Amino acid sequence: MIALQQAQNVPDPLSVPANAPEHCPGTESELAGKSDACAGCANQEICASGKARGPDPALPFVNERMANVKRKILVLSGKGGVGKSTFTAQLGWAFAADEELQTGIMDVDICGPSIPTILGIASEQVHSSSSGWSPVYVQDNLGVMSVGFMLPSSRDAVMWRGPKKNGLISQFLKDVDWGTLDYLLVDTPPGTSDEHLSIVSYLKESGIDGAVVITTPQEVALQDVRREIDFCKKVGIRVLGLVENMSGFVCPNCKNESQIFKPSTGGGRRLAEDMGVEFLGAVPLDPRIGKSADYGVSFLDEYPDSPATTAYLDIIEKIKQQLGD
Amino acid sequence: MTSVTQDTPVGRRLRHIKHIIIVCSGKGGVGKSSVSAQLALSLYGSSPTTRVGILDVDLTGPSIPRMLGLDGHPVHQSSDGWVPVYADGSEARLACMSVGFLLKKKEDSVVWRGPKKNAMIRQFLGDVRWGELDYLVIDTPPGTSDEHLSLMEHMAPVHDKLSAVVVTTPQAVALLDAMKCLSFTRAVNLPVLGLIENMSGYVCPCCGEISNVFSTGGGEEMARREGLKFLGSLPVDTELVTLLDAAEVEESQPSEGEIVQRSFGILRRYEKTSTAPLFAKIVEEIVRSLQNPLTNGATSGS
Repeated sequence: MIALQQAQNVPDPLSVPANAPEHCPGTESELAGKSDACAGCANQEICASGKARGPDPALPFVNERMANVKRKILVLSGKGGVGKSTFTAQLGWAFAADEELQTGIMDVDICGPSIPTILGIASEQVHSSSSGWSPVYVQDNLGVMSVGFMLPSSRDAVMWRGPKKNGLISQFLKDVDWGTLDYLLVDTPPGTSDEHLSIVSYLKESGIDGAVVITTPQEVALQDVRREIDFCKKVGIRVLGLVENMSGFVCPNCKNESQIFKPSTGGGRRLAEDMGVEFLGAVPLDPRIGKSADYGVSFLDEYPDSPATTAYLDIIEKIKQQLGD
Repeated sequence: MTSVTQDTPVGRRLRHIKHIIIVCSGKGGVGKSSVSAQLALSLYGSSPTTRVGILDVDLTGPSIPRMLGLDGHPVHQSSDGWVPVYADGSEARLACMSVGFLLKKKEDSVVWRGPKKNAMIRQFLGDVRWGELDYLVIDTPPGTSDEHLSLMEHMAPVHDKLSAVVVTTPQAVALLDAMKCLSFTRAVNLPVLGLIENMSGYVCPCCGEISNVFSTGGGEEMARREGLKFLGSLPVDTELVTLLDAAEVEESQPSEGEIVQRSFGILRRYEKTSTAPLFAKIVEEIVRSLQNPLTNGATSGS
């Protein structure tokens, strides 16, 4: 239908600037600066001259910073509230358990940053030095950057449209003094929009090692996750694998397992098969995971005997294997 | 946000709608879409003549078509704009519009930046032939960004019809985002009808023990602190999850007749879930607030 045709006319989602008019053909298109939609756009002349087909000016700086980062991993999901941030935090803690490794976590969920709370550093602030913004350190080898550290109060809403969000993401990549990192984990907001396109386009040259996609078992979530995997394919990101979260609930009273979010269409395992991606594992729903996140403590350390911990560690091992580490 | 010009295309379309309810929450996956769907179904079921519309502006993750069992249904174009999909078939009292209807394949992703999302929302508000409605329920994506700002901007001519319902789950991480959402409603002067706490407790189907999977009570506490009306808490209802997941919907394009039957089925089956009576109370409260805007005291932005 009408809207669909518009969607298809966009040749490469990465080449549409954040402040472009509605029907921008993309700066790398043959029609750049010449299509009807370009009339009145402030950048029309630049596009028409062909100069805009060059890279974003922030790119060299991003590349410079990212040259010291060995692995860059995105944590994605089309759906909200499936446990992206919780998983990112656990993954960060698990990597940082090895004292030899330096790990960074970058939270690009600008409107709903949860990472500071989950890592128990919500009251910290970012300091800037001559070498850039210093990340907030949870422990010596685990640095974190999030918009949550920059708000005067946790009640404040960040009411930004796309271009401002993109600006901050580019700053996170070029102005943060990460130092030398073995792993940089990027926690993303739900959906497939500005934040995702920005992070992918800024990291295109330095290379993204892969994405871990999180889902919950019910079809309503799987629907969105299918779209996210489709997005990864469109922009050429390798999917390291799919994690099914909140999979089955063990009643603390009778110890019987029941399915809160029923995998009515086969759950994550089936989706992984259908889409041709690796199924990394299923993490059962343990109320203590959510509680640990609320209190900002590491679930893996607090409850090493929980079946969820075993599942997490298995998945993390598989991710390392996928990366070849 | 002043209503200087009533005469925008959006203003003209929405003039015939009595109340517009925006369902929002800062956090994703707390049940905005499920609450929106339930709100629409409950309002629809509240009287045999109530006309309800449901608009899904979650452009990159539309869930409403699936939840109402309308997956794969096409949208038709008429001389007077897009015809919404009627969930109840020929009775045409439950109109539904979502970007999900415009996608060819269910795994197609909508990878749009802000300006395109803004354009789509303007089309949804200005080009859809809603007709006369008693209620228009708007389901929003998580966050406080393009979609939300666009909604408020385009609906400025009908600002006096707008109100919001905030949904949260009880855990601290979600409450934090709900607080941000509330700050947003205050910044744009959007009256809040109240707060719903979703996924509050889970009854083990085996032994009946209530587990607070995502903690409990946080929503009520937040409502009290912020001077909001607490509309109620809804436990995790697996029956409802399964119903809204519409497991048995086959992928083939269903004929008109089948759609009618199935959707009535959804309402009938929804009314049998244990959540339905709890939600009916919430809806009663919402309808009362909407009818006596002066008595719902501490709701508008402070």
